[in-house]
Amino acid sequence: MSDFFMGYKGKAQEILKKYNVRVWSEAKIDTTRGTFQGIVLPRSENDDAYHIVLKLITGYNVGIAVETIQNMVGNGYKKANYKIPEREFPVSKDKKNIKLFGTGGTIASRLDYRTGAVIPAFSPGELYGAVPELADICNLSTDKLFAVFSENMGPAQYKVLAKAIGDEIKRGIDGIVIGHGTDTMHHTAAALSFMVQNPPVPIVLVGSQRSSDRPSSDAALNLIHATKTAADSDIAEVMVCMFGSTSDEYGLLHRGTRVRKMHSSYRSAFRTIGDIPIAKVNRDEIVPLRHDYKHRRKDRDVLVTPVFEERISLIYYYPNMNPDIIESIIDMRYKGIVISGTGLGHINKPLYPAIKRAAEKGVAVYMTVQTLWGYVNMFVYDTGRDLMSIGIIPAENMLPEVAYIKLGWALGQTSDLEKVKEIMLTPICDDITEREPYNGYLVYQGGIPEVEEFIKNFHK
Amino acid sequence: MKNSKDFEIHHFYQNYLESQNRVGYKPRNKTTKIDYEKIGFMSGLEVHQQLKTEKKLFCNCPAGIFQKDGQYDAELVRHMRPTLSELGEYDGTALMEFKTKKTIYYRVAHITTCTYDVDDTPPFKLNRQAFKIALEITRLLKSFVVGELHIARKQYLDGSIPTGFQRTGIMGIEGFLPIRNKKLKIIQISIEEDSCREISDIGHTRIYKTDRLGMPLVEIVTYPEMKMPNEVVETAQYIRFLTHSTGHVRTGIGSAREDVNVSVRGGARVEIKGVAKISRIADLTHNEAFRQVSLLEIRKDLLERISDLKNWKIEHKILNGHQVEKLIKEANGLLKKGHKIVVANLPMFRGILSFFNQPGRMFSDEISDRLKVIACLERPNMLHSEQWDVDLNELFDLVRKKLDAKNEDAQILFLSPLEDIATALETIEERCKMAFEDIPVPNETRKSFANGTTMFERVLPGADRMYPDTDTVPIAICQKFIDEVDKELPKGVDIRLAQFIKWKVPKDAYIYLLSKNLVPLMERIINDFNYNPKFLSTLIAHRLKHIQGQIKSASQFDFDKLYDVCGFVKKECLHREIISFMLPIVYEFPYMDPESVLREINFKKHDHEAIFSLIPILIEKFNQITNSKNPDASFRWMMKELKPMAIGNISMTELAKVIRKELINE
Repeated sequence: MSDFFMGYKGKAQEILKKYNVRVWSEAKIDTTRGTFQGIVLPRSENDDAYHIVLKLITGYNVGIAVETIQNMVGNGYKKANYKIPEREFPVSKDKKNIKLFGTGGTIASRLDYRTGAVIPAFSPGELYGAVPELADICNLSTDKLFAVFSENMGPAQYKVLAKAIGDEIKRGIDGIVIGHGTDTMHHTAAALSFMVQNPPVPIVLVGSQRSSDRPSSDAALNLIHATKTAADSDIAEVMVCMFGSTSDEYGLLHRGTRVRKMHSSYRSAFRTIGDIPIAKVNRDEIVPLRHDYKHRRKDRDVLVTPVFEERISLIYYYPNMNPDIIESIIDMRYKGIVISGTGLGHINKPLYPAIKRAAEKGVAVYMTVQTLWGYVNMFVYDTGRDLMSIGIIPAENMLPEVAYIKLGWALGQTSDLEKVKEIMLTPICDDITEREPYNGYLVYQGGIPEVEEFIKNFHK
Repeated sequence: MKNSKDFEIHHFYQNYLESQNRVGYKPRNKTTKIDYEKIGFMSGLEVHQQLKTEKKLFCNCPAGIFQKDGQYDAELVRHMRPTLSELGEYDGTALMEFKTKKTIYYRVAHITTCTYDVDDTPPFKLNRQAFKIALEITRLLKSFVVGELHIARKQYLDGSIPTGFQRTGIMGIEGFLPIRNKKLKIIQISIEEDSCREISDIGHTRIYKTDRLGMPLVEIVTYPEMKMPNEVVETAQYIRFLTHSTGHVRTGIGSAREDVNVSVRGGARVEIKGVAKISRIADLTHNEAFRQVSLLEIRKDLLERISDLKNWKIEHKILNGHQVEKLIKEANGLLKKGHKIVVANLPMFRGILSFFNQPGRMFSDEISDRLKVIACLERPNMLHSEQWDVDLNELFDLVRKKLDAKNEDAQILFLSPLEDIATALETIEERCKMAFEDIPVPNETRKSFANGTTMFERVLPGADRMYPDTDTVPIAICQKFIDEVDKELPKGVDIRLAQFIKWKVPKDAYIYLLSKNLVPLMERIINDFNYNPKFLSTLIAHRLKHIQGQIKSASQFDFDKLYDVCGFVKKECLHREIISFMLPIVYEFPYMDPESVLREINFKKHDHEAIFSLIPILIEKFNQITNSKNPDASFRWMMKELKPMAIGNISMTELAKVIRKELINE
């Protein structure tokens, strides 16, 4: 029955029932405003209960107000059949075998009438139908691990993913691509950087900032770049592969521990912070921008440590923050706190007693900077020294989200805070770097003539 | 040998002329209603009208600011890829555009463009001002207003919109226009965002600027019920008057563009895109109708000649060598570096390539157009065996030999980069095969030229390119909002036309007054100052229009100035004729006060007696300087002498009366 009135509720469902008109039937509706004819479409569940959606013969959808309806006649039944054209993915011996793990991002997708949102399509056949170029790059097999939106990815998923990657590597795969929603892609990238160490093949996270249901989507090209990287690059690290500029030109390979989403919607939202990306990639080649990456190997000696302590928190400090917040975290028996402090790593004085209590209760407390660029330095001002003396450990130039993930991972291995500290402060894949190069901090300011000249001549 | 060459040239030109006769093509002014009935002429309109809003439809960029081709701050690159429609199909146009593999460049100016325009930010809320104007026009068309506006994505893979789709939604369906002899029905009216303006399209590179992108438009679509070109023109005018009557739409070049659908009996819907001048519609529809008739005639010939249509195909060869290069160079210097010379044989097509298509165009142009658009081969992109403008006999003798061609075949030679050859050959074969399909007129959109001809632009998209916009929510159009709009609705164009007849407004003033939406202003002047409507209509539509052609206004001229001038003249008890003399100054310097305008034209107040008192003196003077006994000569001379002093102080008719009386008394 619910299938008959998909998404309709209240008054709208009542009137459909009254005239015995179901979703997907061809309807003629007389209203006080005139007569409308078309196919009754399902309604998005979040929309109101006072309108019925019709697809007119011209292909447009319109809503009909229930209160204007005088009569309705429905007949026939024509359900839209969404199918991404599926073709068998060609396999050839001279191409690398690549595994694509799905987590729920939209690489190729179709529309969900219930929510009005897009549903990903995923099988190799579907992907080949949508992005045939993939067959020129690799032999692709896919595995849908979960179907969750990016914001719902968490420790449970990190662990499953890390194990699955380890298994694939052991089985001899040449490269791994992970389709991922973009919002928390950098969290997952950090988690995998810690949980899957010393991989012999590239592990590439990829997503899209514009869903693949639009012609200008970055999804196809991102996927092409990512599979190209997984198949052909010599870089055996966990990376994020996303557009380098808003133009359809090249992607950047960011180290999993130094990357961050820096714009809510821009195509080139992902940026390496405090350093430079590993390489540039386009359809034809991978051009390294640095040479200190780990190289592809024949062996399968990967170290998978899929552990995570979930009772940890990341706190964004603001002036006038009340110690209550810290106190409640301690009372709820959290084991670790990462603070994103101001400037060089500061918080206000009223918080000190709470922090002190946390340290006494055996809660690991780490300091990072909300400026994102730059190092924590708690020696410059007295306040910093005070903070250290009451138990806050500065996390160098680790990004706040990365510190959060690393702390969960470290506490997952041991509850000995000294060992945790050792793990935290020992750099893994550049989560902490010894130096910030001169071109590591570049937030150019629009309006300045030379910057304007730059963006005119180079695609931003 | 020479004789045979001459014969060849003569032969295909002759073929062109004969086929033109067969098609029954005549210039438009010699074509009658019966002729159009005979071929089954049908036409419908899609009118795109920009709305006068401060901001764009889905973002807060200013609307109506334009950048020159070279003025831009940044550039970005996109490729478009077809996606599934809501009903799970790929659209034909989408696939064609994908085949062309274009790289699209957008030139962006900060002032006109934001990250929404280039699809890096989701849409903001729909512009309320535009929404209201669109509803106003929907009501004027007497359409059924929808209960809820749903924004759809209409795919455009040509790159004219960086998202790859246009956001558009239906405001109303049905409705009608009362044109001269009938009620012309409306299919729908939608609100939508405008597209980019193209800077260039050469080879695989297309460049757009994004200033116009995202500006709000309404699109009004009529049923294809117009039976001859003049009717289409009349309808387009009517719609223009209607939209302009709101006072809330943009006017001027490019602010309204018409897509004109044309078909004939046995033909198919072809859409002539973006006609910016209504007057051009007549020739465009006329020529398109006969182009379709010509394609129907070609089909008849081909069906007679070719028995196995299914297996008809072209053969091709890649040629090289000095001889062929030399011959091509002699023909027109088509050789391009790195391009291959490809020749194709079209079995049984002799006489088809030179078949009449449009004035000055033949069937071969249909192929050449598609080579340019689909295979990205810039023109001149081909030579063929039926050209008479250059001597190609030796070249095509060679081509025929290489292709082992028969006498009843035709041949095409084109130059192409290696990677485009396959698409080019496919394109040629596809277009030829369309010529003998059941309906030999391909569904396509065509680009128009000022001379009334058109060329292929792209495959006509279907309903398959519609997709609901997942970034916006439906907007309810409640009765209260409709009532609010109705309160301010202008009078219908039909009512205005009836008013003109009552007012005795001359016919040649209609277009100017309606398209500039000046009737409400006239009404105010008539009601407030009791002016004669006919006088006022010619003052505006003749005198002011003439002045606009002669003088440049120092600032944007506001027609409301006329109200002030008319009011001033009334208040000062001047005669209305003075306004004609004031107008050039008023138009040139709209901010000058009326007293100064009068000084500028040397006006001085005189009472009637003072003027009349000069008449006897002038009669005497006239008699002194001439012996002419023609009473009209003295009358005309005196009118001329007195006019500068009299104008504004007394009506010219009254002055004439008095002079004539005095002359008789004399």
